[in-house]
Amino acid sequence: MKYTKLAAASVTALMVATPVLADLVFPSLSYRTGPYAAGGIPYADGFADYFTLLNERDGGIGGVMTSAPECETAYNTEKGVECYEATKGQGALAYNPLSTGITYQLIPKVTADDIPLYTPGYGRTSAANGKVFSHVFNFPANYWNAASLAVNHLKEVSGGDLTGKKIALVYHNSAYGKEPIRTLEELSEKHGFEFTTIPVDHPGQEQKAQWLQIRRERPDFVIMYGWGVMNQVAIQEAANIRFPMENFIGVWWSGGDHDVAPAGDAATGYKAVTFHGVGSDYPVFDDIQKYVVDAGKAAGNGDNIGKAIYNRGVYAAMLLAEAARTAQEIHGTPDITSSMMRDGMEALEITEERMAELGMPGFGPTFTVTCENHGGPGTGAIQQWDAAAGTWSLISDYGPSDMEVIQPLIEEDSAAYAAENNIEPRCN
Amino acid sequence: MPEQLLFAMEVTLNGLMAGVLYALVALGFVLIFKASGIFNYAQGVMALFAALTLVGIQQGQVPFSHLINAVFGTEIHHFPWHVPSIIAIILAAGVMVLFAYLVEKYILQHLIGQPDIILFMATIGLAYFMEGFGDIMWGSEIKTLDVGLPQGMNLAIDEATYNMFGYGFFIDNLDIVAAVVAALLVTSLVIFSQYTKQGRALRAVADDHSAALSVGISLRFIWVLVWSIAGFVALVAGIMWGAKSGVQFSLSLIALKALPVLMLGGFTSIPGAIIGGLIIGVGEQLFEFAIGPMIGGATQNWFAYVLALVFLIFRPQGLFGEKIIERV
Repeated sequence: MKYTKLAAASVTALMVATPVLADLVFPSLSYRTGPYAAGGIPYADGFADYFTLLNERDGGIGGVMTSAPECETAYNTEKGVECYEATKGQGALAYNPLSTGITYQLIPKVTADDIPLYTPGYGRTSAANGKVFSHVFNFPANYWNAASLAVNHLKEVSGGDLTGKKIALVYHNSAYGKEPIRTLEELSEKHGFEFTTIPVDHPGQEQKAQWLQIRRERPDFVIMYGWGVMNQVAIQEAANIRFPMENFIGVWWSGGDHDVAPAGDAATGYKAVTFHGVGSDYPVFDDIQKYVVDAGKAAGNGDNIGKAIYNRGVYAAMLLAEAARTAQEIHGTPDITSSMMRDGMEALEITEERMAELGMPGFGPTFTVTCENHGGPGTGAIQQWDAAAGTWSLISDYGPSDMEVIQPLIEEDSAAYAAENNIEPRCN
Repeated sequence: MPEQLLFAMEVTLNGLMAGVLYALVALGFVLIFKASGIFNYAQGVMALFAALTLVGIQQGQVPFSHLINAVFGTEIHHFPWHVPSIIAIILAAGVMVLFAYLVEKYILQHLIGQPDIILFMATIGLAYFMEGFGDIMWGSEIKTLDVGLPQGMNLAIDEATYNMFGYGFFIDNLDIVAAVVAALLVTSLVIFSQYTKQGRALRAVADDHSAALSVGISLRFIWVLVWSIAGFVALVAGIMWGAKSGVQFSLSLIALKALPVLMLGGFTSIPGAIIGGLIIGVGEQLFEFAIGPMIGGATQNWFAYVLALVFLIFRPQGLFGEKIIERV
């Protein structure tokens, strides 16, 4: 009896002395159902597979296992908010909802709850201003960077001059789709091109009127801000009216493999802006294959590896993981809170060396996040589709966007938000 | 000829073509409503499910492979074959017949005599069930549908109109195929309902359930028959729409395009579905062409409903619907 008590006391003492580390939780507000599932699935797979890789290969981050519990939003804003409320109590370190509508609803909530919101390449663009948006991060690039990068590319293929050219924006008639309009208006004044906007209502299954308009007005270039079925239909309709594919360029959310596949060979030449690498020729994907897919632990079939949207999910997860690692270093503990995670995101530094160590050399830009700048460098490249090979190829280097135009817009929009919400600018 | 007039003519032609596609979806609603008085909320999802099944069979996909792999730890996804398009279409149509049988056996049979609203609610449940079932059975990924339908600009029309007006009209080959298929479908349905025993029975049930039952017509058989035909119409609509955008879950939303057509054409008329589709197609395209640019564009979705509402005010039963006269 005495020995039993002694053993029980020893075990209890051991349990008290050795703190149990909870998982580092990165909830995935995913959408694997509904009209936008085609884009939601590969992104969610990439996001989940990267955290699984960290667990299987490295034993987590800083010795703490990670988890990315999924909550289905069906790309529905109300469901997204419900998912946030349902998961925030599970020790959530950061949210990445893959929806601009959900992002807008979560901004005040995450700020109040002290949980960072990460929206790479989407969400509220002016959240790049960390002085106003303390808990929102959208590095390494945003919608306005994408618009500028597209215009830069069109200028380059036009011999360096867009004067007198006609550029049409075909956009999803939603908060997301309207984001680049102001930037493109400013850029049209600066570069002297004629700019027209052509909205497409949700979901975008029928676009005959829009493409007949394009056929009549004969713009030199078409930029697309679409998502879901709108992308596939637009690319098919462009092919139908024989609009030159090389003059048709989408934002990164219109640059998925599934967007071009239904149009078959006719989609060859279509371009999209990207802020990360394409294809699977990076060591990290070999590791995902070995430790995740071959081990039967992949979130999906494992056949999305190297596809554009899957890669974006992996990239987002990697940047969050690196921010968590930074937070662990800053606070000297592996068991970080969401508040510490926010600090890590604000101090994140991505170098070429680190990218190489992570098995992703040159996969994305190098950058440093600061208190003032939550938006990263705003650089990007252009990818082009080859239907015969079934691959995207980068046809440009990563280049800068026009921050002379974009920064004042960010300042203006974030100042308006600060005034509306009585936010005192920080980072002084 | 003034340029704007030529453009308007082109838009009108394309509106007619779009209208045919809307009518294809509306037809399925009409068939079921006419025979059973049920507004089948699941018609859009039936088009999705039929198209998913067609692509799945054609590409040799193993149904429920995600589930099988998750439960048994296997890694099976595809059979080692591809099924020719025509056989895949026949098999998919067979699946829709089986679906009709199951709907009748497990849902409708138990709801005989219930108010219409209960039957309508049952079809809402059926729609969500089928969406989830289709997801589990075939997966949510977007699938390319290729049954050999031509796509792209019709060069003959382009050339002919260019020679005539100095401006070549754009008409999509797929839309022309859809128009021909719709014409064949409607003709077949009319012949079936007028000249076959089952067709006459179907019309009898549509006119008066009780009278039809009293002369020995099996209501159950008619319901299976009509849901099978609606399933086949859904398959055709799924093929046409799926060929444009790939087969994905947004396909179920094409039902939204059929509602104004039904409001306008009437819920009980096959010609009404066609004429209604054409009016909605032309109306929304012309409005977008003439007025859209002045008010920000993207007017098609809501304008179709405005147009239908205007018709409803003057003719509540729709253009070809049966006037409801109830005597107390």
